Amino acid sequence: MTRFAFKAVLGAAIMALGLSAPAYAAGDAKTPAAMEWSFDGLFGTYDRNALRRGFQVYKEVCASCHSLNQIAFRNLSQAGGPEFSEAEVKAIAREYIVEDGPDDYGDMFERAALPRDKFPSPYPNENAARAANGGAYPPDLSLINKARGGGADYIHALLSGYEEAPEGVEMRAGLYYNPYMAGGKIAMPAPLLEELVEYSDGTPATVEQMSMDVTHFLNWTAEPELEQRKRIGFMVLIYLTIFAGLMFFSMRKIWADQH
Amino acid sequence: MSGESTYNPSNGFTKWMDSRLPILRLAHDSFVDYPTPKNLNYWWTFGGILTFCLVTQIITGIILAMHYTPHVDFAFNSVEHIMRNVNYGWLIRYIHANGASMFFLAVYIHIFRGLYYGSYKAPREVLWILGVIIYLLMMAAAFMGYVLPWGQMSLWGATVITNLFGAIPVVGESVAIWLWGGYSIDNPTLNRFFSLHYLIPFLILGVVILHIWALHVPGNNNPVGISVKSKQDTVPFHPYYTVKDGFALTVFLILFAYFIFFAPNVLGHADNYIQANPLVTPAHIVPEWYLLPFYAILRAVPDKLGGVALMFGAIFILFLLPWLDTSKVRSARYRPLFRQFYALLVLDCLLLGYLGAQPAEGIYIVLARIGTIYYFAHFLVVLPVLGIVEKPKAVPESISAPVLGAQPAE
Repeated sequence: MTRFAFKAVLGAAIMALGLSAPAYAAGDAKTPAAMEWSFDGLFGTYDRNALRRGFQVYKEVCASCHSLNQIAFRNLSQAGGPEFSEAEVKAIAREYIVEDGPDDYGDMFERAALPRDKFPSPYPNENAARAANGGAYPPDLSLINKARGGGADYIHALLSGYEEAPEGVEMRAGLYYNPYMAGGKIAMPAPLLEELVEYSDGTPATVEQMSMDVTHFLNWTAEPELEQRKRIGFMVLIYLTIFAGLMFFSMRKIWADQH
Repeated sequence: MSGESTYNPSNGFTKWMDSRLPILRLAHDSFVDYPTPKNLNYWWTFGGILTFCLVTQIITGIILAMHYTPHVDFAFNSVEHIMRNVNYGWLIRYIHANGASMFFLAVYIHIFRGLYYGSYKAPREVLWILGVIIYLLMMAAAFMGYVLPWGQMSLWGATVITNLFGAIPVVGESVAIWLWGGYSIDNPTLNRFFSLHYLIPFLILGVVILHIWALHVPGNNNPVGISVKSKQDTVPFHPYYTVKDGFALTVFLILFAYFIFFAPNVLGHADNYIQANPLVTPAHIVPEWYLLPFYAILRAVPDKLGGVALMFGAIFILFLLPWLDTSKVRSARYRPLFRQFYALLVLDCLLLGYLGAQPAEGIYIVLARIGTIYYFAHFLVVLPVLGIVEKPKAVPESISAPVLGAQPAE
């Protein structure tokens, strides 16, 4: 009986930890399919090629409306990311124009971006972004995989899950039907179409492939530390397990004279 | 701190020190030779675990404060700066964020251990009350800490909680404006929350010292709930309990590390990775898991002031617990009826926690009302009555008796 009561306490604590989940499920939206991601699990790592293809999709498709303002060009060459060479990063940065200044005369000027610069936003401010998008504000994508319940699975499902609106669902102009969006209506038109980009590694650019790749890339922008985190985490768990074993046997030895 | 000191300064320096500031004697008597009941089980290791949690939060918090900017325009990005550019910043922040959850997990186990073994009863009432004060301070610190990243749930959680003060009759609105430092939650609010979030852990540390002092005067309670009668009943704290606490802490750290490294965001809310926006209200405003039972009580009452009163009452009732429980027997091992009601209370708190995460509608409201009624009835009706009507089982002669197997514990 004593044991029963305490198991209940432990159960209470553990269940309380798991409680967050049901509350955050979005009301009437379709549940995203669980995909297999190389970054899942105890030993998860990013797939460099998927990151590079995903970056290409971001650059050629998403970037026309969505900013990526936590990411600097130099991040693209960091360990645990797409790992472009420094020369490649310089070349990528040069394609962008950023505002700098003021110069010695007090004037702002434009120059080609350098690796230390962050990705410039497609719009000068939120009002301009809304004006260009029928009143909707395309969110910054740096943290999008962490900022949506369902994470990578949700982003992938949303990008590849556009459908014709079912009968009886009235769609206002400027809204599109997507069953994964809470409420079913989204202001972003289906962003990915077959062969929209041409992958330099020859991978066929299907909608499914592109949505997997760009989601992979956006997971890296949200969690650039993931590979290092899991690597250290595994060593910490091994260390603690061995240490717990040593502590256990030390305890047995010290308490031996009391039993 | 209780009984004769056995400290024996061994060299010139410690002798010199001992006659000026006997701090080594204090440490020796408190943490080395402190006589501890020999029958403490693993539920007693959470005091040490909690001390570890507090120190961890303070150290990681001080480092985070070196890189964080408490301003509505910069707070969110400064947290991302910590995550991306500060060396091991992600590690420090994830330890701090998950550390709060681990702290509450440990404190709930610690509190429910006290409830089960009657650790709040004479002569430990002050010890218990100090513990409830620590718990209150922890909730204040955790709430304000959750506001600092300035995500959507930070802003809207703070809005819900500070609006509660608006329910106070007559002065409510003025109190809310005074708390905010303006007419809504804005930069002055964030600034003061940062200041208080930095202050409160040191208040907690102070009360923890009092808590340990109040523990060491009567000494530990123990699973059989009877007082220490002779030296046979105790062992010195070191090495017996330093090693046992150390083992339990290491196991606890495995769970802690799992969250930090492999599920650092499951205990948080996705919306908090969206920068705070006063113009957009999230679909569901949900507090952190450890506050959910109180949130359920708040929403169970149809009247706002009533809800606020009951929510705070749910905590303040704990201050009266030593006098509400009329039974002289401490440990639930010898209280067959109490044990069943205790299990019911645990399930009730669990249910309230679940309901706090659900929308406040339909069956959830009904269940939350039943849960709230039982919570208060447990303390106000069940415990006072049980002490009178319950017939406890025979309590052993001494701690050593059941430990040595002379008499079975159950």
